[in-house]
Amino acid sequence: MAEMWLNMGPQHPFTHGLWNLRVKLDGETIVDADPIVGYLHRGWEKLAENRMYPQIIPMADRLCYGASMSWEHLYCNTIENMMELEVPDRAKYIRTIVLEAQRIGSHLMWLAALGTDLGSYTIFLYSVRERELFLDLMQNLCGARMTYNYCRIGGVRNDVPANFERDFDRVLTHFLNRMNDLESLMDRSSVFRLRMEDTGVISGEQARNLGVTGPNLRGSGVEYDVRKDDPYEVYGDLDFRTCFEKEGDSFARYRVRMDEMRESCNIIRQAIKRMPKGPYRLKPPRNAPKGKTGWAHVEDPRGEGFMYVIGNGDDHPYRLKVRSPIFVTVSAAPVMLIGYKIADVPAIMGSVDMCLGETDR
Amino acid sequence: MSLYSFAYGLALWICEVIAWVFNTIGATGIGGWLVTPGVVEFLQIIIVALIVFIVGFLVSITFIWEERKVLGRLMDRRGTQVGFLGLFQNFADGLKAFIKEIIIPKDVDKWVYDAAPVILIGISCFMIGLIPWGPDFYLANLTNGVLLVFAAFSIAPFAILIGGWASNNKYTVMGGMRAAGQLISYEVPLLLSVASVVVLSGSLNFLVIVQQQQDSVWYIFPLIIGFIVFIVALIAEIERIPFDLPEAEAELVEGWMTEYGGMRFGLVMLAEYVRAYVACSIAVLLFLGGWSGPSFIWPEVWFLLKVFLLFAFFIWVRGALLRVTTKQILGIGWKRLMPLALVNLGIAIALRMTGVF
Repeated sequence: MAEMWLNMGPQHPFTHGLWNLRVKLDGETIVDADPIVGYLHRGWEKLAENRMYPQIIPMADRLCYGASMSWEHLYCNTIENMMELEVPDRAKYIRTIVLEAQRIGSHLMWLAALGTDLGSYTIFLYSVRERELFLDLMQNLCGARMTYNYCRIGGVRNDVPANFERDFDRVLTHFLNRMNDLESLMDRSSVFRLRMEDTGVISGEQARNLGVTGPNLRGSGVEYDVRKDDPYEVYGDLDFRTCFEKEGDSFARYRVRMDEMRESCNIIRQAIKRMPKGPYRLKPPRNAPKGKTGWAHVEDPRGEGFMYVIGNGDDHPYRLKVRSPIFVTVSAAPVMLIGYKIADVPAIMGSVDMCLGETDR
Repeated sequence: MSLYSFAYGLALWICEVIAWVFNTIGATGIGGWLVTPGVVEFLQIIIVALIVFIVGFLVSITFIWEERKVLGRLMDRRGTQVGFLGLFQNFADGLKAFIKEIIIPKDVDKWVYDAAPVILIGISCFMIGLIPWGPDFYLANLTNGVLLVFAAFSIAPFAILIGGWASNNKYTVMGGMRAAGQLISYEVPLLLSVASVVVLSGSLNFLVIVQQQQDSVWYIFPLIIGFIVFIVALIAEIERIPFDLPEAEAELVEGWMTEYGGMRFGLVMLAEYVRAYVACSIAVLLFLGGWSGPSFIWPEVWFLLKVFLLFAFFIWVRGALLRVTTKQILGIGWKRLMPLALVNLGIAIALRMTGVF
């Protein structure tokens, strides 16, 4: 068969959203790849310029439906840095807990999508079943299941509900048992390892040069985690480790995320134990000074999220810039894909954890 | 009472009733012709064929129901709930497929595009007719039945290849090519493991093979290696997970049947399950003693029970595993199954030569 370009997307079962992966095939071997994003562009940054600061919080939720808490927290963190607010300790602990719960939920969502990519609906259904528990916890906390609108500039919206500690403890105990089930379904399955091992290899050097961050970078052996290297909220006080693997293949990226879920449970347990009493929110100023800037970066479930804001002297931002981890990571797709078969595309791109909402903004 | 004698009685009764009607209105010529042996036997064969096809298709759609329910339980859910125990789901699906608009893409090779589902469903119907259900319940008792079934099985990848090619779509072409590539990986070990059964029984006739197993032991016991090879190759033959490469929905949309919609798709899906039924039946006939079992229930029921249990195993495999790639299935076929099948054939020949069987 002659070489041909194949459009995998924008309407294709493996894309999880709306993007187009053009691959050039020689038979079934990929000789070139060209990711095309932008089908979901909403002009998010421009929309933000016409809204008051608190009005942008629910919009930040919509950056990524899988990890909305992470993005609204990043936004609030950025504005707090610009306005130089000191968030109450209790709010910091609550934020840490919900961020880690969000990380587990997001990773489970990724695992579910990876399962369907590889052709196993069992993995999909088992993962979404566990994710449901964390959605229930979030619903108990703030009333919403996906787009929470919970963080506020200078704290969080409401205090934790009754039995918060007990519920989290039960869910985490249950979930850690289920993690063993999930791992025996996948790690000990030789077919899963056949599909995942030695596919989509990207070295640590290449990953760093291409700006890959998050679990995808740590899968290549680079020990970089914003929570550890530049702690925000209360991560500096907690004892946890950075999960990383050396191989740089799809299986390593899978292992990193599975380990991270365990580590997140550990973080939540510690944070709940040390959560102080006190106020959970302060009253922020309405306006930011003209020309004053602020930035923050956090460890999103998918990589390093970054926001940069410039004040305009009134209650609107002059400019709000978002750095999306997946927008950068997707440019590494050709490096990961070239040389492998088309059957490896779902295993490779599935292990990257695409999210188009934040990519296209 | 055998199926044929039952059908003969039914045909004779129908012919006599119609002949009586003609005789009473005075057309004695036609009335006399209707009860001649030729007409009655013709009707008898049609009745037998009808019964066998209806039973075969009913079992096949029950397979779909079984898959939905068992797979649901494996995944911690309930499976289909349409109607009593979800039994109406297939009919609802069939109705939906019927009322869909027929969409034929531009620039397809019309004749070949239409021919592929016809070949698939035709081959499946043909194979139903070759499967005996019991010592008295069969449509055809051929001397070379085993050979014919496997010859018919190998036509399906051909239909997939031409269907994928004719659809004028890159995904379907790749799906069709995968079907052809998959064929060369599993066909040889599959036939080698069947050859070991033929060596032991000394016959290519299903009834004789089952009779031999009733007289000695089920062939799964001496030929356990061959059974494992046969089952793995059979899953590849009927294109189920983990070997459903031609319709890998993650990378190839829906594989070779991407461009088939409406009832064409419905027929293709039905043909898939008919082939699954035939495959399970062959495995039961060759290795699991066919309809042999304690005689407190009918042999046909034993046969069905074994077929459904074997298919439940296939569903379990589907629930536990994920799809392999073309390279890996070729590796499995040639590096693992092929030597095992040869070892198994050697065991069968040794058993035969030493006079154990």
